[in-house]
Amino acid sequence: MLIDPMETQLPADPVQAIERPQVVTQSLLYLDGVSVSFDGFRAINNLSLIIAPGEMRAIIGPNGAGKTTMMDIITGKTKPDTGDVIFDGQVDLTQLDETAIANLGIGRKFQKPTVFEMHTVEDNIEMAVKADRTVFGTLFSRHSAEIWRRVDELLGIVRLGDHRKRLAGDLSHGQKQWLEIGMLLAQDPKLLLVDEPAAGMTDVETGATADLLKDIAKTHSVVVVEHDMGFIRELGVKVTCLHEGSVLAEGTLDQVSSDERVIEVYLGR
Amino acid sequence: MMLTRFLFEKIDRAGWVFLVLLGIAAVLVPVLNLAVPPGSMFHVSNTAVGLWGKYMTYALLALAVDLVWGYCGILSLGHGAFFALGGYAMGMYLMRQIGPRGVYSHPVLPDFMVFLNWTELPVTWWGFSSFPYALLMVALVPGLLAFVFGWFAFRSRVTGVYLSIITQALTYALMLAFFRNDMGFGGNNGLTDFKDILGFNIQSQVTRAVLFSLSVIALMTGYLVARAIVTSKAGKILIAIRDAEARTRFLGYRVENFKLFVWTVSAVMAGIAGALYVPQVGIINPSEFSPANSIETIVWVAVGGRGTLVGAALGAGLVNFAKSWFTGAFPQGWLFALGGLFIFVTLFLPKGILGTFTDWWKRRGERREPPASSPARQPAE
Ligand SMILES: Nc1ncnc2c1ncn2[C@@H]1O[C@H](COP(=O)(O)OP(=O)(O)OP(=O)(O)O)[C@@H](O)[C@H]1O
Ligand SMILES: [Mg+2]
Repeated sequence: MLIDPMETQLPADPVQAIERPQVVTQSLLYLDGVSVSFDGFRAINNLSLIIAPGEMRAIIGPNGAGKTTMMDIITGKTKPDTGDVIFDGQVDLTQLDETAIANLGIGRKFQKPTVFEMHTVEDNIEMAVKADRTVFGTLFSRHSAEIWRRVDELLGIVRLGDHRKRLAGDLSHGQKQWLEIGMLLAQDPKLLLVDEPAAGMTDVETGATADLLKDIAKTHSVVVVEHDMGFIRELGVKVTCLHEGSVLAEGTLDQVSSDERVIEVYLGR
Repeated sequence: MMLTRFLFEKIDRAGWVFLVLLGIAAVLVPVLNLAVPPGSMFHVSNTAVGLWGKYMTYALLALAVDLVWGYCGILSLGHGAFFALGGYAMGMYLMRQIGPRGVYSHPVLPDFMVFLNWTELPVTWWGFSSFPYALLMVALVPGLLAFVFGWFAFRSRVTGVYLSIITQALTYALMLAFFRNDMGFGGNNGLTDFKDILGFNIQSQVTRAVLFSLSVIALMTGYLVARAIVTSKAGKILIAIRDAEARTRFLGYRVENFKLFVWTVSAVMAGIAGALYVPQVGIINPSEFSPANSIETIVWVAVGGRGTLVGAALGAGLVNFAKSWFTGAFPQGWLFALGGLFIFVTLFLPKGILGTFTDWWKRRGERREPPASSPARQPAE
């Protein structure tokens, strides 16, 4: 669908050694022919998607379309039954686990905001800041002025400076979303996967979140899943509509939202 | 230098009270026992020294359990196994110390081996006549078992109830194994009739007082080690794993390595507790592996306050104190009382005695520190 399938027939292994077509090596994230079933139900069905370096992409689609499952596959939580998932033109993500993928530079915000509730806001960020992540490295790590300067900076960006000493569990839903985005930034990933960042936010907060993401997109590649069309319009980027586990339409928001099938399965209701 | 900085930065108020009281006990109890004549109202009886010494080793075991359960969410129902293995390692040393003074007067073999018509010492017993070797085994055997067990369990992501059940199976399997005579660990009689330790008569009151003090020092050291771990950045990661394991992975931390580390440290602590327990009670047998023992330890920690360290030790002391009294007054009632206590604490004091107390203290506005870190309100997951 995206390119001639004959050109993209990739042997499964050894992944590192083989020659890859240009379209693969030049993309940051390359999904092709990905399928996964849960108890016979195909949640992702022959999905293909390419994200270029530096690109921001919005993903829309009805409930159960497979948007979150797609992120599960990219981040190693779910292993696809078939298909290629290639990061940075060369790394086969299907062979790696969540930790390895995170350390490659793929960060993720969950649909349900997930922060460490019993830790303070600043500790949540501190744990996310790029640093030694081994057991002994953390066991003997000393207070690092550099890391805490970064924490201060990130708390400013996500506007939680006044709440830094509070337990993350005491934050409002929207604040948790922002904290999680802050943690994502702290990891300094190459690719950010952001699942429904505006859910449960007021219009003002939603606008601020869109601004924040646009800002982030200047220096990172971002994939955003959202149901809020106003938010998507605000982002002003290429849109992919998923339906029943595969791509239904792709293009500008205007193109996608005027597509007959998109209207039928998603927008028209 | 580093130690003083650590003491002043990382030990909270409850920790200081705990350490100071233990320090006083380590000195005062032996003095009041040995130097004050039995008639005096300040005299501490021999029985009390033995009993409290035992509580200290239980408290160290509780601390070990709290380290994994309270801070990393690993509900171990098999920590009694590590305790018992440490105890057996010490017991084997004490058996070898008997030498030819056994009933059968065999120069090398312990009585039970002579009774089984064995003619030479099994390989597992080699080296145990050396105290340093025995000490090494006290740490190494539980540590290694925990490492291997944890390596498989955590790598295959066994968590929650399933993990608890296999820890329980582990201690149960060891109990059955140690019951067998052909294992060479004394079968159901276990190891007993110890004579001396490092040349000192194990029955003498001086030796017993020293063992008491050593148990207190071990508890204090265990507390400092555990506290150093939980207040480090690694400690923050442990709590993160406890509360949101998947999230921690997506941040790029190797969850299984963190679990394996804390699990192994905890098992070694439990082993040391067992090694101090055995010379004080004078026996170690397979019933120490009994699943009920490990479950009882969980009750101590829950009662004292999960995720507080000091509370766990306190819980071990209080529950066992109650047990000593109860088994005297109503011998049949203890298990019911223990079950009732667990239900009461789960329902009404989910943070345990210490957690509830510190909350109350804080609400009085007397403390300005941010809360240390007690687990989310799920008493047992
Ligand atoms: N681990 C799983 N086991 C079984 N079914 C699953 C699993 N994960 C996802 N599914 C199913 O796959 C389908 C796609 O789910 P997914 O969460 O990806 O949808 P989504 O596009 O994110 O929807 P929403 O907009 O509601 O978040 C759903 O029908 C869901 O029930
Ligand atoms: Mg979803």
